[in-house]
Amino acid sequence: MKGRDTRTAVEASLRRRRRKEVLFRLSGLVATAVGIVFLGVFFASLIGQGASAFRQTFIELDIEYSKDVLAPEGELDLDYADFDAVVRNALWQEFPGVTDRRARRDLLRLVSAAAGFQLRDALLEDPELLGTRERVAVPASATVDMLVKGNIDRSLNEARRPLTDRQLEWIDQLAANDRLEMKFNTALFTNGDSREPEMAGIKGALMGSFYMLIVTIGLSFPLGVAAAIYLEEFAPKNRWADLIEVNINNLAAVPSIVFGLLGLAVFINWLGMPRSAPLVGGLVLALLTLPVIIIASRAAIKAVPPSIREAALGVGASRMQVVFHHVVPLALPGMLTGAIIGMSRALGETAPLLMIGMVAFIVDVPSGFSDPASALPVQIFLWADSPERAFAERTSAAIIVLLGFLLLMNLAAIILRTKVGRRW
Amino acid sequence: MPEPEPVKVLTLMEPTAEGTDENSPDVISGTATRRRRLEEISELTGKTVGQVRCKDPFVVAEDVNVHYGELHAIKDVTLEIGKRQVVALIGPSGCGKTTFLRCLNRMNDSIESARVTGRITLDGEDIYSKSLDPVALRARVGIVFQKPNPFPKSIYDNVAYGPRIHGLAADRAELDNIVHTSLERAGLLKEVRDRLDEPGTSLSGGQQQRLCIARTIAVNPEVILMDEPCSALDPIATARIEDLIDELSENYAIVIVTHSMQQAARVSRRVAYFHLGRLVEVDDTDKIFTNPQHKLTENYITGRFG
Repeated sequence: MKGRDTRTAVEASLRRRRRKEVLFRLSGLVATAVGIVFLGVFFASLIGQGASAFRQTFIELDIEYSKDVLAPEGELDLDYADFDAVVRNALWQEFPGVTDRRARRDLLRLVSAAAGFQLRDALLEDPELLGTRERVAVPASATVDMLVKGNIDRSLNEARRPLTDRQLEWIDQLAANDRLEMKFNTALFTNGDSREPEMAGIKGALMGSFYMLIVTIGLSFPLGVAAAIYLEEFAPKNRWADLIEVNINNLAAVPSIVFGLLGLAVFINWLGMPRSAPLVGGLVLALLTLPVIIIASRAAIKAVPPSIREAALGVGASRMQVVFHHVVPLALPGMLTGAIIGMSRALGETAPLLMIGMVAFIVDVPSGFSDPASALPVQIFLWADSPERAFAERTSAAIIVLLGFLLLMNLAAIILRTKVGRRW
Repeated sequence: MPEPEPVKVLTLMEPTAEGTDENSPDVISGTATRRRRLEEISELTGKTVGQVRCKDPFVVAEDVNVHYGELHAIKDVTLEIGKRQVVALIGPSGCGKTTFLRCLNRMNDSIESARVTGRITLDGEDIYSKSLDPVALRARVGIVFQKPNPFPKSIYDNVAYGPRIHGLAADRAELDNIVHTSLERAGLLKEVRDRLDEPGTSLSGGQQQRLCIARTIAVNPEVILMDEPCSALDPIATARIEDLIDELSENYAIVIVTHSMQQAARVSRRVAYFHLGRLVEVDDTDKIFTNPQHKLTENYITGRFG
């Protein structure tokens, strides 16, 4: 009798249970789909806007490395030679009809200021060029680049677009003569920041981020792991330990700008470290990531089965040997994961860097830990703030590079983890 | 502890006596009274029934008490374990067998709330004296745990770990030798000879437990503690381990915790019965299983307990 009751009861509830399961699975599916759609939209917009920044418009000009212009006194001095005049002459020659001063100034605006530097570099590499003529592709100005990329509306009133009717005409003429050319935008990766979009690059920010992360991981990984091992394996479990644990957990939730203020007060004002330096940025980010790494490492250590510890103790291993022969190797993958999460956070952190001066406009590529530098997210912030249309696509390009950097770090973590994991 | 009626004890314990000796109730009641008196003494004083002492004692525990914080886990346990003797600790779950076992190589040190009082000596040396490092003690008193717990390393490294950290082998050849003989003595060598570099965790449960035993004997301890070494194993693996215990008892003193009466009867020379933190009765195995002195022991071994 009782058996039948169970059966009918179960059968009665079966439909309800199945429906619940289906609903739950469906909601999970919807959530995943929404997530994927958002990710897709994000990437599509990012790549759609940023991809064009990797290509740049160049204008082919007949350049004459004239001795009269470059070395009027017979001797070529690269520091003082007037390469802009060489570019100018080439333009006058290309458009002989333009003689009016204002028109000539407009004409000059088609070519980037980088053109002179490019010619100087070419001559530096090959001094034989002096006195010769050759066709050279020099970078066009950002407005020309924008027009070629279709970001400027020709139908707008002349006063409302950055190019005049005259300039449009010249550009069309150059295009008709097949003198416009799209090339890979190497400047984006080899230059520091610049006020001219076509000369602006992320190398300075990239190097700044790189130096900063080296300081950060060099400090926070060993410190964090050591702290985690001590707290988990050696520290007495008393009220002090609880207090420390609560504080570490709180520290992980402190807004990052507070760490920036701390860095400003302690490292710069009190210890007198240089402003805008990757060293200080790295120190601040190390403080920021330390709690993350400690928490992750402690969790990884806790996850090591106690039976392994007992086994090692049982054959007479000392506490140190238990920790370093057994616990740490088993916890290492988890610790590395924590470190990478921390590093990823540090790489994307902007607010604390604003406080310690890494938001400054810095043209030079830093070559050390104490050189003034910017960082990738700060560079993105700066470019996003710029009014020029050409900076918009560079912002997206910088974000793509930042994401690529992140992806690379995660990949390294996965490789490291499988390598470490395979040891036994 | 419930105080049973004498009559009830009688019917429980002496069914044959009751059946055969109907004419001499005095004899029965005499036995019952004597037993009851013993039990009362035991209840009141915690004094252990039987033979706690043995000839040629190697490990001696005197009035050992263990507290886990508020919990009084072991109460006044006195027990001697002889050289080359297998002693089985039996008793219901939570009675303190394992706790007592772990006192013998100070594994309880790693439990922060545990407090051990009393005196335990190994070959005359107080193992809880300040001058003795638990690391040195555990090299002399090995332990095999309930669940096989090989290190997530190769079979070779599992066995070689102890000798390595203690510096028992001068060179690689000697270490190889130790590993091979240990595996051989643990009866595992034949099965793993060709795959010493495979992870120890890839072995079957019974093999893993024998690997753990090999790991323990590789350090060449003087005493081996076993905490229900067969509880996770099938009868075949259990039989192998029991044979192994037999062989090992020629060289080592072995203390084994077990829940299997048959196993205790098969492998041990002496049996100690624990109940609620007290050592109720210790005696030769034959005596415990044929003629237990204490009612609690008898209840337990006849399966009437709880």
